[in-house]
Amino acid sequence: MSIFFTQNHIKVFPLGDNALTIEFGNEISPELNDKAVKLSQYLEENRFRGLIETVPAYCSVSIFYDVCTVRKNFSEYPTAFEAVKILAETALQNLAETAKTTPRLIEIPVNFNAEFALDLEFVAARNNLTPQTVIEIFTAETYRVFMLGFLPAFAYMGEIDEKIAAPRRNTPRLIVPKGSVGIAGRQTGIYPFASPGGWQIIGRTDYELFTPNAENPCALQAGDFVKFYASNK
Amino acid sequence: MSILINKAGILTTVQDLGRNNYRRFGINQNGAMDKIAVRLINSLLANDENEAVLELHFPASEILFEETAVFALGGANFSAKLNGKTVENWRICLAEKGSTLKFEQKVFGNRAYLAIKGGFKVKKWLKSASTNLKAKIGGFEGRKLQLGDRILFNSKFKIQNSKSKTKISNSLIPFYSKFPTVRVVAGAEFDDFTAFSQQNFLKETFTITQNSDRMGFRLQDAPLFLQNPKELVSSAVNFGTIQLLPDGQLIVLMADHQTSGGYPRIANVISMDLPLVAQLGANDKAAFHLISLEEAENLLVKFEKDLNLLKIAAKFL
Repeated sequence: MSIFFTQNHIKVFPLGDNALTIEFGNEISPELNDKAVKLSQYLEENRFRGLIETVPAYCSVSIFYDVCTVRKNFSEYPTAFEAVKILAETALQNLAETAKTTPRLIEIPVNFNAEFALDLEFVAARNNLTPQTVIEIFTAETYRVFMLGFLPAFAYMGEIDEKIAAPRRNTPRLIVPKGSVGIAGRQTGIYPFASPGGWQIIGRTDYELFTPNAENPCALQAGDFVKFYASNK
Repeated sequence: MSILINKAGILTTVQDLGRNNYRRFGINQNGAMDKIAVRLINSLLANDENEAVLELHFPASEILFEETAVFALGGANFSAKLNGKTVENWRICLAEKGSTLKFEQKVFGNRAYLAIKGGFKVKKWLKSASTNLKAKIGGFEGRKLQLGDRILFNSKFKIQNSKSKTKISNSLIPFYSKFPTVRVVAGAEFDDFTAFSQQNFLKETFTITQNSDRMGFRLQDAPLFLQNPKELVSSAVNFGTIQLLPDGQLIVLMADHQTSGGYPRIANVISMDLPLVAQLGANDKAAFHLISLEEAENLLVKFEKDLNLLKIAAKFL
């Protein structure tokens, strides 16, 4: 393990023979996520030969690469893994010097009417609050998009106030309608299309998160900020 | 200039080598389960190795050639018959206009591939022809093929050397088995398992359960344990990642796996051996053998070299 990674408490491990993960820690925190998002963006903007793609997560970045191309282009290293590890280390050292970009803020309308807010009563009762208070607390904060996963365009956002947190449903729904806004623990997320799912549903949005035929099919990306507001649409 | 699906089959989809560069948006790779089979038969036909193919499960589709075509089959052996005549895998074949391709019985494996010289005309989504069944997009209308579907050929291909029946060298074909020893590299949490569980993982044989599909294969054997229960924060996973589920059983993530996961990762199947897993079905068994990352990479480099020789040779067929 390199001194740089060790000194910075960064763990690097193979994710199979064609990918590796750089882990900044093992917790959900904006600071760690920020590092992951920035490293991912840097590598995508300064692509090395053989890079396939980077995937930022809560507190890690995974780098997928083509083994043969990396081996050909970075033959001074014994393995593609070693080469990509050094490339990532160099990227992290250069990161500090790159200009800061302003993250995007996306405002999303949510209809909290009972017909869409399937579990709002449950979330309120569980936390000894009225549904209206849950909505007020939920819409007061600006949330960070930590990562996308589970479904195309599904953003894991957080963290919501502990006062309105709720565990996943014991029995997942077979169909959660498109646009449903859910809570799981201190995370919130929006179902980009109808899908099975276990999150507590507190409202619905008509904001399109997934437009398959658009040039950029997914409305959100890791590192964005999202603010929800109540709407009757 | 097309094939017509005369009988749907249980699960026939259009696939290629997968959709890259969108995992960070939660859009998984999809693509063929047995990518080596696809790379081989496309290369044999002098296609781009990423050309769209059909992936067939058994019972498979019945396919009518509405125009003469040169094709090749690979992967599983479903006893293919072209107008009643046996068609071997891994070989260049000619289908005359009006002939029918049927798959009579499952002889070996679970996923067969059909490639056409020149390729199928499939609208790409995010640069790939692979089908994303969950998002219902990509491939052929985002779904499995049905009776009456017509898939066009890319271009009218001039049939030359139709007598060529060249076959791919056996040394390139994966060493398929119903009970393979699958090579793996250690996963991030391998060292967090108890010594006993580590030994069992590399000693026992694991049965593929019914609960297995293009997303993942659930394995069954005596449960494995971590030294200390560990809560992981979700991060990216990979095709071939072997995770420990809360019930102590393992799952191997396959082509349609979700982009992220939070279960402990004991190992990852090496890319060269994913086809061995991809061809398994319920009640088949697998054993795991740990190798170094360097060995796994060397196998990939060697295969690439051999495949390049096939590609060069195929240009002159």
